[in-house]
Amino acid sequence: MRTEPITGPSGTPVPVARTLHWGRWLSAAVALVIAGWLVYLVVVNPRLDWGKVAEYLFNERILSGVWVTIEISVLATALGLVLGVLVAVMRLAHNPVLSALASGYIWFFRGTPVLVQLIFWYNLAFLFPELVLKIPFTMIGLKWDTNQVMTGFTSAMLGLGLNLAAYFAETVRAGIQAVDHGQTEAAYALGMTPAKRMRVIVLPQALRIIIPPTGNEFISMLKTTSLVYVVAGHDLMTNASQIYKANNRIMELLIVASLWYMLMTAVATFLQGRLERRFGSDAVRLVRGGGLAARILPKAAA
Amino acid sequence: MNPGVESAEPGGQSGAASGIEPVVRASGVRMSYGDVQVLNGVDFAVAPGEVSCLIGPSGSGKSTFLRCMNGLEPVLGGSLRVLGEEVGHTLRDGRYRPWTPKEFAAFRRNIGMVFQRFNLFAHHSALENVACGPVHVLGAPADRARSLAMEHLERVGLAAHAHKRPHQLSGGQQQRVAIARALAMNPELMLFDEPTSALDPELVDEVLEVMKGLAAEGMTMVVVTHEIAFAREVGDWLTFFADGVVVERGRPRELLANPAHERTRAFLSSVRNQKERQEP
Repeated sequence: MRTEPITGPSGTPVPVARTLHWGRWLSAAVALVIAGWLVYLVVVNPRLDWGKVAEYLFNERILSGVWVTIEISVLATALGLVLGVLVAVMRLAHNPVLSALASGYIWFFRGTPVLVQLIFWYNLAFLFPELVLKIPFTMIGLKWDTNQVMTGFTSAMLGLGLNLAAYFAETVRAGIQAVDHGQTEAAYALGMTPAKRMRVIVLPQALRIIIPPTGNEFISMLKTTSLVYVVAGHDLMTNASQIYKANNRIMELLIVASLWYMLMTAVATFLQGRLERRFGSDAVRLVRGGGLAARILPKAAA
Repeated sequence: MNPGVESAEPGGQSGAASGIEPVVRASGVRMSYGDVQVLNGVDFAVAPGEVSCLIGPSGSGKSTFLRCMNGLEPVLGGSLRVLGEEVGHTLRDGRYRPWTPKEFAAFRRNIGMVFQRFNLFAHHSALENVACGPVHVLGAPADRARSLAMEHLERVGLAAHAHKRPHQLSGGQQQRVAIARALAMNPELMLFDEPTSALDPELVDEVLEVMKGLAAEGMTMVVVTHEIAFAREVGDWLTFFADGVVVERGRPRELLANPAHERTRAFLSSVRNQKERQEP
């Protein structure tokens, strides 16, 4: 908006008047009143004991629940990422059987609710009372009691990880397919095998497309872990619910849990922003040797 | 350096008679995309050290034929021998066995290819592009590969741009990096697929100069091009493609001055008219 005076027909500067946006002021005021009233209703509610919120915010069980939630989120995301790349590569394979199997996997895990999958893994003992890993036709191997392996924690990790893999596979596939086919031809013309072309040329470029949605998947995972409370995974939501079942302070403990989820999401959002600034642009480069981390090091002051 | 190549008589090639194995030898090569026949029996040969240019209207199959030479497109009929091997197959126990991806990769190491659209690796700097083949394909130590890559960049006049990404370079510079990348593998044969067609007119010459230098050093080259002047000046042989076959083949000066076929005459006059419209 212009503030500098305009020289009028008389030759002297004439100031510019401010436009008053009455509509904006009015709608802002109405929205603020409604939102403030709703918050007020909750905050001053005599049945809500804020002292209890403060008391339980740093409760030992809540803190250990926060830690378990972070552990499950990180492990399930790691499992989902690794398996997702594998499924995506299978989906794009020339082998029609591998490709169909990958499609079937994606369809199954996207087609069933994650809650159902969690309960399924937790109750795996109904189908297989014992888990046996042995060399066929011999007696050499290992055996576990399914109920001891499939704790709330492991079934949560498996259920959430396998589920994420199905979604992530589609992200990876889109990323791989977005890399220009000319890159593949140039890699082949140099004498690369298909596997080397994928690892050295295509995947590093596909990362630019894959990484931003990965941050969203992790943030979403932080909150999806709350479903784990149906299998008693001792995560934040499970522990909060166990406390409120004992003392009946349901609202207070839901507020405590929400505050922690919001804090974790804020931290993850901050990390996601840094990740995207690092990899989202074209700051991905290849260094030979030193494993994956060295391969995708940001370019030093290039 | 100019063994007579008579495409009209496949096999009647004096290079073979004098005991020199041709680098490329095609007889009756056929290729199709589904029902569309792209190559209809191509006969062709290149002797070591020769520069062979392919011209012809778009869709005539010249690019496809070039891509067949390093196995980027499959040969579906006839015989195509490159660097002493039947491309895509090896004779074993009385049968031709199709190559595995590994065998294709090993074969392509000795053949450099330059694309119309450069296809530089977008996540690498110019230097990394050139070092990429030696490091990842030949397993050369990284520092040695980088210093060699620098020499190749110097050769194409781009040492000062070694650390730039492809998108920071002009089309002509990108194509020169692409040539350096191919040369870094020490190829026995260089294939050029319309290397200047995607360039702004003022950038064409810098790429052609690099190619002339290569030809002068005795590199065996097959060049698909629309640059008639380059073909006349640098090429040992000129081959005119139309409708998936070689229409005629000869010394560039003779073929351009006295084309034997009506099809060649029509093509050459349309190219010249275009050139005149660009340079009145």
